[in-house]
Amino acid sequence: MNWEAFATTLRLATVTSLILLIISLPLSYWVAFSKWRFKFLVEAVVALPLVLPPTVLGFYVLMAMGPKSPFGRLYERLAGHGLPFTFEGLVIASVLYSLPFSVQPMAAAFGSVDRKYIEASWMLGVSNLGTFFRVIIPQSWAGVITGLVLSFAHTVGEFGVVLMVGGDIPGVTRTLSIDIYDQVQSLNYSSAALTSVVLLIISFVILSIVYGLNRKGWLFVANRGHRQAI
Amino acid sequence: MLLTADIVKQFDGGPRVEASIQIAGAASIMILFGPSGAGKTTVLRCLAGLESLTSGRIIFDGEDWTEIPPQRRSVGYLFQDYALFPHLRVRDNIAYGIKHSHGAVEQVAEMLRVRDLLDRWPSELSGGQQQRVALARTLARKPRLLLLDEPLSALDAATRDHVRSELAHVLRGVGIPAIVVTHDWVDALTLGDQMLVMSGGRVLQTGPPEEIFTRPQHREVAAAVGVETVIPGRIQRREAGIAVLQVGSGQIAAADPGGADVDFYVCIRGDDVALEKGRADQSSARNHLRGTVAEIAAAGILTKVIVDVGFQLVALVTRQAVADLELTKGAEVFAVFKASAVHLIPNARM
Repeated sequence: MNWEAFATTLRLATVTSLILLIISLPLSYWVAFSKWRFKFLVEAVVALPLVLPPTVLGFYVLMAMGPKSPFGRLYERLAGHGLPFTFEGLVIASVLYSLPFSVQPMAAAFGSVDRKYIEASWMLGVSNLGTFFRVIIPQSWAGVITGLVLSFAHTVGEFGVVLMVGGDIPGVTRTLSIDIYDQVQSLNYSSAALTSVVLLIISFVILSIVYGLNRKGWLFVANRGHRQAI
Repeated sequence: MLLTADIVKQFDGGPRVEASIQIAGAASIMILFGPSGAGKTTVLRCLAGLESLTSGRIIFDGEDWTEIPPQRRSVGYLFQDYALFPHLRVRDNIAYGIKHSHGAVEQVAEMLRVRDLLDRWPSELSGGQQQRVALARTLARKPRLLLLDEPLSALDAATRDHVRSELAHVLRGVGIPAIVVTHDWVDALTLGDQMLVMSGGRVLQTGPPEEIFTRPQHREVAAAVGVETVIPGRIQRREAGIAVLQVGSGQIAAADPGGADVDFYVCIRGDDVALEKGRADQSSARNHLRGTVAEIAAAGILTKVIVDVGFQLVALVTRQAVADLELTKGAEVFAVFKASAVHLIPNARM
């Protein structure tokens, strides 16, 4: 078991899912409520990582970060080093790669909040932003947590993007999935088996949490204890 | 004029709703009445700012509300199923729209008798309690105009009567002008000072509720306010204040409406028509029409009997009467009603 890779993976998944939470709350709100006629184009872009081979995504991200792109040059001037094969570069790639896993559950949850509650909030003088935090989010907890957890889990499991953008630098960009690949390449099967089982268990626990949360009314029942049954 | 609203709302590829509403006094209650699909709720949502106007204007107390968002209209809106926030307790629901809630929540809760419910969740309340909490939440902000969308329709019949009189009491007590949407004529008569009847997206008649119910000016209004028989007729002759009309192949007597019109819609309420087995000459009623029973159907606690007297006349009678008269389909029967029970609407207005 490569503990260094384990720590890198956890760090990457945590940072990525927290950044995604911040990005996804407003983006999901927009996706759920915007009446713009070309909204479907944005939705399609958000969903792209679901179908695109990770190597394709990784390739474009690598090109966008490279010294030939304006963004890459700007970053290099500000930070003093390039983005490719760094942890920061890997975070940017992971955010793009896991975006749909964060946005889609949140947008679905926001969109399923009964419109009458939103209108009731407006009629009580509360702004759109206030309504978002006081009505929409509290009724969408399961969706928000699902988005957070799924983006975490998806980042833990990414391979192709990491290989393309991060390379395989121990302690910086070598994650557990890369480590397994390395172990198998060097015929170190017992170590690969151990790491694999750890990833399997982590994934299973995470998905159990997600499905548990989304059991009908689970959160409300938890909120209200037994009173509702009386 | 406190409120002057000219509302035109054209839904994309859908219905069109047009209405003009005036409210003069501070404490008056206006009823928006009509069948479902008449456009009543659309008018209410336009006044609230939840729908934008296609054209028209909303002026409240000198302020132009036409383009103002709902948050800045100081309008209280009671939703049809109350829309209490399920994730907040009653106390937090009532406090939701006010900044300094200390004391204010207790005060309004006291007025609506929901003080004992403050720590409950909305799902633990009965329909009547939910209505009071929703009203408390709305009144806590001290709105300048109240809009109530079918405030009683979510309640069962037994609760409705009780809550209705309570609502009338509260609305008169707070002295805030209110517009109440309903399709129930009992609500309209109990709550309303003024009434506006809508059908098919248009306003058909405005006036005090009693006047509209006793003297509907349109065939559609008559049907909407629950007059069972509405049928065209033509005046044949007039004598001593009585007009005799040809209706279908039958003749009826009605109070002479005066004027030169001869074509009318004849409106007769079902509960103004009595049924008798033989001709009862001692009755003072002018109309004794011989006919045959065309249909018998239950209508709430009463029974609806359609009698063919040359036209289809609807009578509402008790079950006991149906049994006593041995009414069956095809049986001969006399329909009896007074000339004054016949209301005539000039047909030219249609």
